[in-house]
Amino acid sequence: MTETPPEGGGKVENPRQGGDYAPSVAARVAVWHKAGGIAVPLLTTILAFFIGGLVVLATTGKNPLTTYKAIFEGSGLNWFLEVGSYEIGIPWTESRVWFPWDTSFNSFAALNLQQTLIVYVSLVLTGLAVAFAFRCGMFNIGGQGQYLAGAIMAVWIGSELPGLPGFLHILVAIVAGALSGAIFAGIAGFLKATVGAHEVISTIMLNYVALWVGVFLFGLGGPLQNDNEGGESVPVSNDVLEESKLNVFWGDPLLQGLHVGFFVALAALVVYWITLNRTTLGYEVRAVGFNPEAARYGGISVARNYVLAMAISGTFAGLAGTLDILGWQFRLNTNDIFINSIGFVGIAVALLGRNTAIGVALSALLFAALLVGTSTRNLDPEIFRPELASNLTTLIQGLVVLFVGADVLILYLFGIRRRARQRQARTQA
Amino acid sequence: MDEPPVLELRGITKRFPGIVANDGVSFDLRPGEVHALLGENGAGKSTLMNVLYGLYTPEEGEIRIKGTPTRMSSPRDAIDAGIGMVHQHFMLIPVMTVAENIVLANEPTRERVLLDYDAAAQRVRDLSDAFKFRIDPNARVEDITVGQQQRVEILKALYRNADILILDEPTAVLTPQEAQELFEILGTLTREGMSIIFISHKLNEVTEIADRITVLRRGKKIETLPAAGATEESLARLMVGREVLLRVEKGASTPTEPLLQIQDLHVTDDRGIEKVRGLSLDVRGGEIVGIAGVDGNGQTELIDAIAGLMGSDSGRVLVAGEDVTNESAKDCLDTGLGHIPEDRQRRGLVLDFSLAENLALHDYDSQPASRLGWLFPKRLVARAQGLLKQFDVRGGGPQTHAGGLSGGNQQKVVLAREIDRNPKVLIAAQPTRGLDVGAIEFVHRRLVEERDEGRAILLVSLELDEILSLSDRILVIYEGQIVGEFAPGVSEEELGVAMTGGGRKEAA
Repeated sequence: MTETPPEGGGKVENPRQGGDYAPSVAARVAVWHKAGGIAVPLLTTILAFFIGGLVVLATTGKNPLTTYKAIFEGSGLNWFLEVGSYEIGIPWTESRVWFPWDTSFNSFAALNLQQTLIVYVSLVLTGLAVAFAFRCGMFNIGGQGQYLAGAIMAVWIGSELPGLPGFLHILVAIVAGALSGAIFAGIAGFLKATVGAHEVISTIMLNYVALWVGVFLFGLGGPLQNDNEGGESVPVSNDVLEESKLNVFWGDPLLQGLHVGFFVALAALVVYWITLNRTTLGYEVRAVGFNPEAARYGGISVARNYVLAMAISGTFAGLAGTLDILGWQFRLNTNDIFINSIGFVGIAVALLGRNTAIGVALSALLFAALLVGTSTRNLDPEIFRPELASNLTTLIQGLVVLFVGADVLILYLFGIRRRARQRQARTQA
Repeated sequence: MDEPPVLELRGITKRFPGIVANDGVSFDLRPGEVHALLGENGAGKSTLMNVLYGLYTPEEGEIRIKGTPTRMSSPRDAIDAGIGMVHQHFMLIPVMTVAENIVLANEPTRERVLLDYDAAAQRVRDLSDAFKFRIDPNARVEDITVGQQQRVEILKALYRNADILILDEPTAVLTPQEAQELFEILGTLTREGMSIIFISHKLNEVTEIADRITVLRRGKKIETLPAAGATEESLARLMVGREVLLRVEKGASTPTEPLLQIQDLHVTDDRGIEKVRGLSLDVRGGEIVGIAGVDGNGQTELIDAIAGLMGSDSGRVLVAGEDVTNESAKDCLDTGLGHIPEDRQRRGLVLDFSLAENLALHDYDSQPASRLGWLFPKRLVARAQGLLKQFDVRGGGPQTHAGGLSGGNQQKVVLAREIDRNPKVLIAAQPTRGLDVGAIEFVHRRLVEERDEGRAILLVSLELDEILSLSDRILVIYEGQIVGEFAPGVSEEELGVAMTGGGRKEAA
């Protein structure tokens, strides 16, 4: 990911003359790294929305801004605009807060925001799953399979073992779900480390393995199909037991409020950053990711890091599947398994977030808001044709992935002259 | 008395963001002369030639070909103006024949669409005979030697009717013998009226081949002087801007016991070819042993086998008496091996890492850099600050990315890391490749200092000058074996013969 020299640097006045230029070049590269880290994803997003807007205009003839406003409101992000004074709604207190916390006050924004944040939890984790492997130089397309591995394990553990105390039950389910994601991804890492099988191919294949194992387990006559009365014809798992459901801390549990898994996702972001930047493991992973040959020369086992990095990636994805099951889904039916694509959206999240913790945190919010904001129940058909709604999300997602892969294209569109200079600098180097 | 120049560059200024690569440079080329362009890396030689060849557009200045101002907006313009360029890295297609490569983009055709191969081959043969190139037009490029490939590049320019030839560091890839052959060819070409611009940073060959020399330093033209009367010392001073020690100052060596021992080593590369075939050598503490040889005779595999980066089939490697044969890279390092790798960008450094992180590449997992898997970035930075100062690394601090430094400073970082570990044995593979005179001086001095500290130093280099001036003993490697041992006073010719397998009998 070496950036070529200073794109923004062209503007700096009074370039130093002659020989003593080395420090300023290095400084410029550093500035470009920093600026490029924020500017390019921003431009990417704006461009994706712009083209998405053109599509809206072309297909519906409606004003794209109205559409985007509707999506914004559908995502519940307008909750942050409803600043005021509200009762917190917790018994025996009269404290008041700035935002409408108590959803019984008819705040649609709060309800929508809860949904967005539920999706946010899984997107942060699947995004980290892709990002961590990236930092070790691998492209993990298997987030979806690892997510399913975690979800399948979680629904199985969560619906069995009655009599286990709630806290312990949840803990066992989470550990088991995360572990199955780790093992599932670790297979791909192991294959790469030992026989050199490319992780893109093996993780794609493993996605199908997870999918069809799930369909087999919960499908008609499958070993984990539900044993509800008259449920033989329904291809769904048993429900997760009451005591193994995650606590809902915001909103009504019956209306799919926000579960405590939200904090697990936030913690995962911190863990991700610490692991990469403050541990020897992270040092090894980054060294291998940047330059495996130099890492090997330095005495680092490249093979070991491939396996470990994939396993850690899988842990994040497995955790995402587990939290979705224990937090709000509570069961898996074969249709969910087919339709779900949260692991794939994770790829877009990691790409847009440039594989950094803060980037993933922000881009996951963007994609979660898009997914929820465009889901049809939030939209007025007057403003927006429901058929287009979810397609628009996919469209924007696709555009983002496309543009992220093409930094140069973005720069081209936003400054042909600057691009020319940059190319010269590159050829010179 | 002066003939009008065939080519004139007047006040060329080319800026890149933050850098003035050429600052009002003027240059002229007379018919039938070899004009050398001399300067350190980054002095602006390549930029100037790329301006001339139409790859860059200068902000200021004028190009005149045979007196007429000419605009070069693409290499096509340059070729039409009779300029041919031979790049340092050849632009040939390996699987095609010599003739096919030469006529590429200007093919003689039959019926306008069909390639007339026979006509192409004939024209190439005529050209080759006229200039005594001895090139078979029907040979495939991948089957001929590097020296011959270079001649193919020159033929390509001649085929396009060039009368001005630019050669970019042409001897970098050649053996001494091949370089001599090239110089003869250049002599023939100039007698035929060609004018040649010869880019180089090697002082000895510039004084040998050129008629006039233009020295660039930091983007500016320092002087144009006739080659007759110029000494290597005076040129070096012009190039670097201060007095330079060309000869490495070193006292006699005081060898101690052998610290690196290699016994009957056999190594096979990934493609199953045995590259090291029963090689034995000893390096004692306090001496520098130089390995001379043509590239590809097993040097890389030998180094990798010693450093634990490649397995060996049989034989033994001992570092300080300890057997490290087929141990991991980590174990080799821990036994007391330091390794300055051949390719600092691909292997020696993680370019996207900061200097502090790069300096910790071998010991990030032990105290004080880390403890129980927990890394202490502040300690890395603190240590880096000291090391960067000690080794005079300029162009950035501990947090600078290694990729942002110049080659010489990158190499100083590698040197700092390897020497700071206090190794008993230091392998230096091509330690000055691509470095400028100032940095070469630093690296050489440092290696001699480390020798005097009592370390055993194995120097592997393709530069004979370097081998000759640094080594206390010289070993010649040919096809995976040591075929001769020489004292440092040996002549280049004698080494050259041994390097091509000629002296094998008498050495054994």
